[in-house]
Amino acid sequence: MADIEVKALHKRYPDGTVAVDHVDLSIGDGELFVMLGPSGCGKTTTLRAIAGLERQTTGDIRIGDTLVNDLPPAERDIAMVFQFYALYPHLKTRDNLAFPLRAEGLPKAEVRERVAEAARLMRLGPLLDRRPRQLSGGEQQRVALARALVRRPRAFLMDEPLTNLDAELRADMRTEIKHLQGELGATMVYVTHDQVEAMSLGHRIAILNKGRVEQIGTPLEVYDRPASLFCAAFIGSPPMNLIEVEVADGKLRGQGGLVLTPPPGLPRDRHLVAGVRPEALEVTEPGAEDSVPARVVSVEWLGDEIIYVVDHGGQRDVRVRMPPTVRFAADARVGLRHTGGTPVVYDVSTEELVA
Amino acid sequence: MAVSVDEAVSTGPARDRTPPARRFGGRGRSVLEVALLTALAVVMLFPVLWMIETSIKENRDVYAVPAEFFGFTVTMDHFKDVFVAPDGGRSDLSVAFLNSAVVAGVSTLLATVLGVPAAWAYSRFAVRAKKDQLFFILSTRFMPPVVVVIPIFLMYRQLGLIDSKLGLILIYTAFNVPFTIWMMKGFVDEVPAEYEDAAMLDGYTRLQAFWRYTLPLLVPGIAATAVFALIFSWNEFVFAIFLTSSDDVRTAPPAIAGLIGGTTTDWGLVAAASVVFALPVLVFAYLVRKHLIAGVTLGAVRR
Repeated sequence: MADIEVKALHKRYPDGTVAVDHVDLSIGDGELFVMLGPSGCGKTTTLRAIAGLERQTTGDIRIGDTLVNDLPPAERDIAMVFQFYALYPHLKTRDNLAFPLRAEGLPKAEVRERVAEAARLMRLGPLLDRRPRQLSGGEQQRVALARALVRRPRAFLMDEPLTNLDAELRADMRTEIKHLQGELGATMVYVTHDQVEAMSLGHRIAILNKGRVEQIGTPLEVYDRPASLFCAAFIGSPPMNLIEVEVADGKLRGQGGLVLTPPPGLPRDRHLVAGVRPEALEVTEPGAEDSVPARVVSVEWLGDEIIYVVDHGGQRDVRVRMPPTVRFAADARVGLRHTGGTPVVYDVSTEELVA
Repeated sequence: MAVSVDEAVSTGPARDRTPPARRFGGRGRSVLEVALLTALAVVMLFPVLWMIETSIKENRDVYAVPAEFFGFTVTMDHFKDVFVAPDGGRSDLSVAFLNSAVVAGVSTLLATVLGVPAAWAYSRFAVRAKKDQLFFILSTRFMPPVVVVIPIFLMYRQLGLIDSKLGLILIYTAFNVPFTIWMMKGFVDEVPAEYEDAAMLDGYTRLQAFWRYTLPLLVPGIAATAVFALIFSWNEFVFAIFLTSSDDVRTAPPAIAGLIGGTTTDWGLVAAASVVFALPVLVFAYLVRKHLIAGVTLGAVRR
């Protein structure tokens, strides 16, 4: 296994579109590193550049100690798993697995041994003599994973491998990938647009937007302290409430009367926005202590929780996550109270975290 | 065209929920439908039928008034005349058929060899001004070919390509390559690029990946495209008659046309030559009919 270093990556296509503007990544040996972002943010292009399937316009990519800029994909010693599995349709599972090994020219006995090992790891025993079209989507993706495994590559690149699976299977495969990665101690770069996948899988997450890295951090860091307004709006479902605030009397005051504790080191004379997670707010009976008067605009019953959309006289309605036991009807007069700690605060003009 | 097929596919089931026979009053309608279709079939097939009949009639039966549909003497003389000259050697028509086969075959092969890799490149790579290039390629097919016959004739005269099979092969290839590129691009688009990516990670170069993985999956598409190109080259008349004159270069369409006129026309021979001429493409189209349907309905069904 090896670490991966991406420096000042820039990719511009002949037609002028800039897919990756500037990306720096440093992925540790044995790390499960997730690149997360909306479509068109450059995450897949970055991954394909690491794989060698795209040649970057400028910038360096290093895998282990090797500068791989000019190496073709085959010589980078990496394996990739694709969204559409990319199993060879005319080959049985067994031969699909053996394929990359035969391409390397390994002796037959070793090929057989490694195929057996990968098949055992991914529990493919009964599927070995079937062709891809006789396999379900989940089975195909397991074969694709096994095909990546047999190579014993220095790193695994995963390009939205679970996107085509249904929800239940996706959860299973997520567990499986995480388990496998831990067991092998594999370096894995995982691209997804699904934040649940990113949060549950990643040791660290890089959030990309418009070809740039917005934030790199552990799932908790990314969730607790989004580094920019983009990250704040992107991570979390429902996302963070962004409330415009002013500093007055040592407090953050939003329109509508919501009062928040300011974080230390807040700069003065700037236009600020506080980020408040839906679970850091509470819907109360009207007139409850520390609450501001508000009105329920709409209610989403999710079973295990209720999302209230509440109008408290601020510029925007806020979303509040409540346990299913606390019930208010739509249009009810309620109170809104902040219960979390100090919120994160952003500068509106730079869109970046200030405290 | 794809758009209209799309609409037909998507709106069809909703409209057609009632069985067709019942929609506007049952049997009457279906009788009318059958009658109309029969009439149409007769109109479409009669010339073909008449051609076949004429080809196996003796000359006096051909000119018989009233025409005889049945009960004439069957003869294969005309077919013999197509291939064998009166002096016992090879007839001019058989040479023309051979020329047709060579010209159509080689030009189709060339168009495929040039067009398929081009289609692959347009499908897979980010090419500068790709849309404009593709539009330009297609635009060469916008005008009727006859428009460029005179310029081509003059150019060919300069180049010494007049009255040569090579000249015909080149011009047919030039007409077939744009068509091949466009049709094949659709087929290549359908094959996920991931196959090639995976093969490249497995140790193959891009060309090897294309050759070993994408190409085999494209065979049905190539077959359909090649048949269309072949039919075009086989049937082409305008360029053939303008650019060739001698009997040993001429292809079948102008050769058959040349039988008509003069003092008398041997209709039996014309008919027999036409039957022989029509057969190869019919057989070809029949053999690859499944792929042809795939070819014309391509893009009608979204994944």
